[in-house]
Parts: sequence; structure tokens; C-alpha cells
Amino acid sequence: MATVSADVDKVFKALAAPERRLLLDRLRADNGQTLGQLCERMDMTRQAVTRHLRLLEEATLVGTLWRGREKLHYLNPMPIHEIAERWIGKFERGRLRALAELKTKLEGDTDG
Amino acid sequence: MAESRFVYVTYIRTTPEKLWRALIEPEFTRQFWMGTTQESEWKPGASWRIAKPNGDSTDSGEVVEIEPHKRLVLTWKNHMFPDMTAEGFSRMTYELEPKGDTVKLTVTHEIDRSGSKLIKAVSNGWPMILASLKSLLETGESLEGTQRWPEGL
Repeated sequence: MATVSADVDKVFKALAAPERRLLLDRLRADNGQTLGQLCERMDMTRQAVTRHLRLLEEATLVGTLWRGREKLHYLNPMPIHEIAERWIGKFERGRLRALAELKTKLEGDTDG
Repeated sequence: MAESRFVYVTYIRTTPEKLWRALIEPEFTRQFWMGTTQESEWKPGASWRIAKPNGDSTDSGEVVEIEPHKRLVLTWKNHMFPDMTAEGFSRMTYELEPKGDTVKLTVTHEIDRSGSKLIKAVSNGWPMILASLKSLLETGESLEGTQRWPEGL
């Protein structure tokens, strides 16, 4: 069985806020953005975005990398992968994917 | 963006020395990296490759930087899929940082081209391999599905 660290609480808490899920979606669409890029088109202050990013980083949902003077933010798939391994790893992934695709088609929504 | 890059971060309850050995030594990699081993003299400029159980290379390159227990940078070319081989060399970095009773492992895999097939393909592989590595070091057992080379590949 996959090991999930005690920090799994941090992951669920970080995912519980819609603003933070939105930030993760922004990174999914375009990985490796700076704070400035992430603040564009966001209905939040720079301070709020900074705070949310810090929580995401502490939960390891976001990994960061310095390139010169720029700090780039990346969606880190590891914690969600560990959660998936723990609770759905035993199910057949093919069938789960087929069900998810069926739901997407019927609901006509690509973002779930 | 003129590059493709993924970053993976995981905290593993172990020491930098043990994690370093697990990342490069055959008796460890076999257990969590699909039965493969890595061959290199592990010094700057040395060649490096991942070998399948039958000895064929899946990927190869050179050691760019090596600082035992801290940092390893490799150039990395895939040999399994022609369209990925055609993309040429990517660059892979391991960074190990002790944090309390854990080690933060950051894996960066990047290439100087947008929309890389290689970077997309490894983004499915790395989480599986790294989760299995974490399990091996923390519980003594790697994860099913990463313990041997898949039949027919």
C-alpha cells in the first residue's frame, strides 16, 4: 500500500479552498508561472495570492524553482498521486476513466 | 514557453545518504523502477544509462553535475520511442535537502522545446516511480506495478 504522510491533512486543507483550486487549475493550464503571472486575471490581491501559494507549497501541491531572479511555480502531482494510490489504486483505472469520460460527455463540461 | 518542464516534490522519511543510494544503486532501483538498473561511473562527464532486465537501454545520457547526497544533474535521451528519441537530450535534476526527519526530494525534468512528448510521457512515470521509492524507503516495500519490467515492452 502507498504510504501517505501525516501531512495529508495539509493537502486536504489546501484543496478545501476554491481560490487555491483555481490557482492549481491555472498551473495545470500553464505550468511554471511567476507570482506576477498568477496574479493576472485573478480577483485577489497579490498578498492573498502569495498566502494561498504558500499554503499550496507547504502542502507540496506546488513545487517551486528559481530561474535567475524569477520564482516559478509548478503543479506537483505527488500528493494527489499518493492519495489516489491509497484509496483508488485497487480499482481498475480503465473503468474509472471510462466512467469519467461518460460523465464528461453527458454533462458536456470539460472541466468536470 | 520555449521549454517544457515538470517539477516533482516529495518528502521521504529517510536520510540523504540512503536516498542517494536508492536512486542509483541496482539493488534498490530494481525494486521500484520496473526492474531496471542504472549504469555509470557517477562522475562529471561519465556516460549514464538505464538498462532493462534484458540489458537494452531505455534512456541514456551523461552526468553533468554530481554532488553525492545533494545533487545530481543528468542529460537524458529516451531510446524506447522514436518520436521522443528525435527530441534529443532533456535534462534531469535530483535535489536532496534534509528537512527534520525527512528528506525533500525535488526532481526536475526539462527540455528546451515546447510541447515535448518526452516531458509529457515522463510526467506519467515519475509520480509512480517516486511514490514507490518513498514506500520502499519508509516501509521496506515498493509498490506493486513498479517491481518488474512490464511484459511485452
